[in-house]
Amino acid sequence: MSAATLFGWCGAALVGLGLYGLITHPHPLRKILAFNLIGSGVFLLFGVVARRGAAAGMGGDPVPQALVITGIVVAFSATALAIALLLRIFRQTGQATVSSESKHPPERSADS
Amino acid sequence: MMSGSAAFSEAANAGGFLLVLAVSLPTAGMLLSVLGARLAARAAPILMLAGLGVAIAIAIEVWRAEQPLVYFVGGWVPPLGLALRADGLSAAMLATTAIVVCATGLYGRAAFRVPAGVSETRAPLVFWVLLMAVWAALNLVFLGDDLFNLYVALELLTFAAVPLVCLDGRAETLAAALRYLLFALLGSVLYLLGVGLLYGGYGTLDIVLLSGVVRPEPIAFATLGLMTAGLLAKTALFPLHLWLPPAHAGAPPAASAVLSGLVVKASFFLVVRLWFDVMPGLLNLVAAQVLSTLGAGAILVGSVLALRQARLKLLIAYSTIAQIGYLFLMFPLAGASSAQFGSNVALTGGMLQAVSHAFAKAAMFMSAGLIAEALGHDRITELRGVGQMLPVTVFAFGAAALSLVGLPPSGGFVAKWLLLTAAMTAGQWWWALVMLLGGLLAGGYMLRVLAPVLTDASEPLMPRVPILRSRELVVLALALCSMLLGILPLRPFGLLQIGRPPTSEARSR
Repeated sequence: MSAATLFGWCGAALVGLGLYGLITHPHPLRKILAFNLIGSGVFLLFGVVARRGAAAGMGGDPVPQALVITGIVVAFSATALAIALLLRIFRQTGQATVSSESKHPPERSADS
Repeated sequence: MMSGSAAFSEAANAGGFLLVLAVSLPTAGMLLSVLGARLAARAAPILMLAGLGVAIAIAIEVWRAEQPLVYFVGGWVPPLGLALRADGLSAAMLATTAIVVCATGLYGRAAFRVPAGVSETRAPLVFWVLLMAVWAALNLVFLGDDLFNLYVALELLTFAAVPLVCLDGRAETLAAALRYLLFALLGSVLYLLGVGLLYGGYGTLDIVLLSGVVRPEPIAFATLGLMTAGLLAKTALFPLHLWLPPAHAGAPPAASAVLSGLVVKASFFLVVRLWFDVMPGLLNLVAAQVLSTLGAGAILVGSVLALRQARLKLLIAYSTIAQIGYLFLMFPLAGASSAQFGSNVALTGGMLQAVSHAFAKAAMFMSAGLIAEALGHDRITELRGVGQMLPVTVFAFGAAALSLVGLPPSGGFVAKWLLLTAAMTAGQWWWALVMLLGGLLAGGYMLRVLAPVLTDASEPLMPRVPILRSRELVVLALALCSMLLGILPLRPFGLLQIGRPPTSEARSR
């Protein structure tokens, strides 16, 4: 098994683990962590894809590496936004859950 | 290893700078809005007018030249560089977006006014910044020609749309926003995985270049499946719709209008790009049937749930789920009918549904907002006498309802008629049956609202707060847009066909 294939399998395993966590865990913080796990798997996959360039005699294809950097920035911002929302919820309600009773927003006085 | 031996077939044209303006104008507006809500409210009309002008100029230019507008960022041609490209579909969506955003801005000016004597308040500032950010991101989604660039655009859109849900900062809307974000993150990471695989397989992410090299093979199937699944989570297609009702019903009306009318269409638009532009050869597959089966499920489940809602805004949110379903009926029909028609009836019907739903749903959320403001609640059973109190608003609501139910004269009617025609000519009559049933159900839930609204109350209602006539007129204008689409002759819809890749038969010739 070549290094690229091994890394590919690792990426796939990370994506699988993350997907399982994202779907089964009810707690938002765990879901956010699971999303980051999937993200890591995907970024690893981009790294493997960059090895295509090695076959053509180059050191590696720089495009996927550039994509990974952008992807990491996006994933970081997404995580920050999610954590900020979660913190606001915790401060207002004292719990950090997205429970199902919030499905129906209650009456509001000034709807604007 | 750049396998982009297929050169980019289109040259940059003179109108290309319009595409840059379409993205940079709202971005400038966003940066300007950060300086203060008062300044933003003052600058917004000028920016919105300019943005509307650019969108219309792009539509005219594409229509006149009968070819897509192309701009290469920094002069670098794909596969090395990024391209912005406006074909007929982009032009139509850009114009729709500009009109709805302008209406939202005018409507939101009154709702998000900084009170006198206060230097700055949070909600107005955030509203203007996010409205402009949503606009910029939407325009980039419609113009992007590189799948990774589109990923970034889609993420920008999510980051702008999620805080719009929880503008008022109540715990319920915060929870709805977080749930929306979690669905969106799952969607974007699946999309990104697809992008990685696609680059690994074909060495380019440019849509025009990809359409020439993608073949029906395992890697294409895998990426199509992953990216579509991710985009469906963002579009809230049944059964991934759970996040939408609390998010869209809990947001302020001006935000709901943008979220329900436009934001969910962006990820739908990318599904269309994937299936029709990147991989046009895969439309005849069974997979297209899966998409429209989900669409049919959305129509039935969304409509039935809408019938059972006690609150007006939730009813409208569930109706969005049902109307999104119609959009996905076009996929198997387009695959079946493209061989027989020069222009694609199903594609035209589907895109017209997207456009007319954007106008109608934005108008409906805004009129529901005015009704709730005047009454102080939006319980459907207690809407008696609203028709007397706010006749203009209620007329706009009714006009928007025509489009959602699919009655003439309305854009919704023409869209559903085209889809029905496509279903019958393709011999797939079962989709026609679903559409008719969906129309009946939509008629049912709209009647549930309109019946009490149009009943006179025993004593005339007085609005709790005065409702500005100008806001009522904005809502009316949007509703009339959705009706006008039904009166237009069909010829302008030829715009949608400009820049489509040749059908598979034409290419093999």
